[in-house]
Amino acid sequence: MKNSLTLLFSFILICSQSFGQSVKEVDSDMLVAQCTMQNDTTYVVNFWATWCSPCVKEIGFFEELHRQSFSHNLKVVLVSLDFPNQIEKRLIPFLKEKKISAEVLLMTDLDYNSWIDRIEPSWSGAIPATLIYNRENRVFLEKELTRDELFNHVSQLN
Amino acid sequence: MKKAILTSIMAVTAVLLVNAGIKPGDKAVEFSLKNVDGTTVSLSDYNDQKGVILVFTCNPCPYAKAYEKRIITLHKTYAGKGFPVVAINPNDELVSPEDTFVKMKLRAKEKEYPFPYLKDETQEIYKAYGATRTPHIFLLQNEGGTFKVAYIGAIDDNAMDASAVSKKYLERSISALLKGSDPDPAMTKAVGCTIKAKS
Repeated sequence: MKNSLTLLFSFILICSQSFGQSVKEVDSDMLVAQCTMQNDTTYVVNFWATWCSPCVKEIGFFEELHRQSFSHNLKVVLVSLDFPNQIEKRLIPFLKEKKISAEVLLMTDLDYNSWIDRIEPSWSGAIPATLIYNRENRVFLEKELTRDELFNHVSQLN
Repeated sequence: MKKAILTSIMAVTAVLLVNAGIKPGDKAVEFSLKNVDGTTVSLSDYNDQKGVILVFTCNPCPYAKAYEKRIITLHKTYAGKGFPVVAINPNDELVSPEDTFVKMKLRAKEKEYPFPYLKDETQEIYKAYGATRTPHIFLLQNEGGTFKVAYIGAIDDNAMDASAVSKKYLERSISALLKGSDPDPAMTKAVGCTIKAKS
């Protein structure tokens, strides 16, 4: 009985991960808050878009990291820079197809110049770009990452 | 001695870092690149103009596409006022197969580009300017035959919807130059597609 309950809960958990993908729309203040949390967690914030081919190439590594992160005080956040009018048409279908279960935020403020420096002054605005940080350390990478690069940077910080 | 060598290495490194891209106020880098019409276009060809709107752009990037009409309109508006557009495609065609010279020709023809569309084949020019994304604007001002960088960055504040733009960063900068003042801000940032370097 206990086993079947565990099985059932696992099944529900997997289902909610696979099919419950939602996208939270954020403005610049919410995004800055997401990039400056002060707690015991290490955050991996990836800036990407469905149309950006190097982003699409590396997104599986972030999902993999997310699936391993539950017991590690680690949180993966995928910040989509797709145009807000393409959530239903492009973004959601893409997340379903790639079975992305990590949290996805969609940036709605298109005046990029008004917030890029607030996230990271060294960022030119090109994507993909990834911020890995915790209370003590912060690293910003404006480039496509290999799986090894991503996991090494995270383990160095975490 | 060892310390002196280390110090000079650090100084050289610092200079290299600073030189990774030019800033407003710096001298523009001369170029001579192949145009889609088969000619070669150089910055010095524009010595009789007040300036040049230099645009690093490409074929497939959605941001470049979203701005394509606006770039054509900019040329139509400002070429007559002494600020024509020159577009440069910096992407490596092996990494980005949509950016071959043949496909650039097709794009320019299909969209009737009224300005040159040049291929930065060796990728030296985009690196010299420090362009990182498409589209990336460098507004150049002609000061007696020497071009100076006056403004670097975005065209405006809404890539998705031209009708929702409220800050026309580039046009404001051109207006400032036409009035004899400096652009403010002289530098803005925007999200864009990474320039595809040779691998």
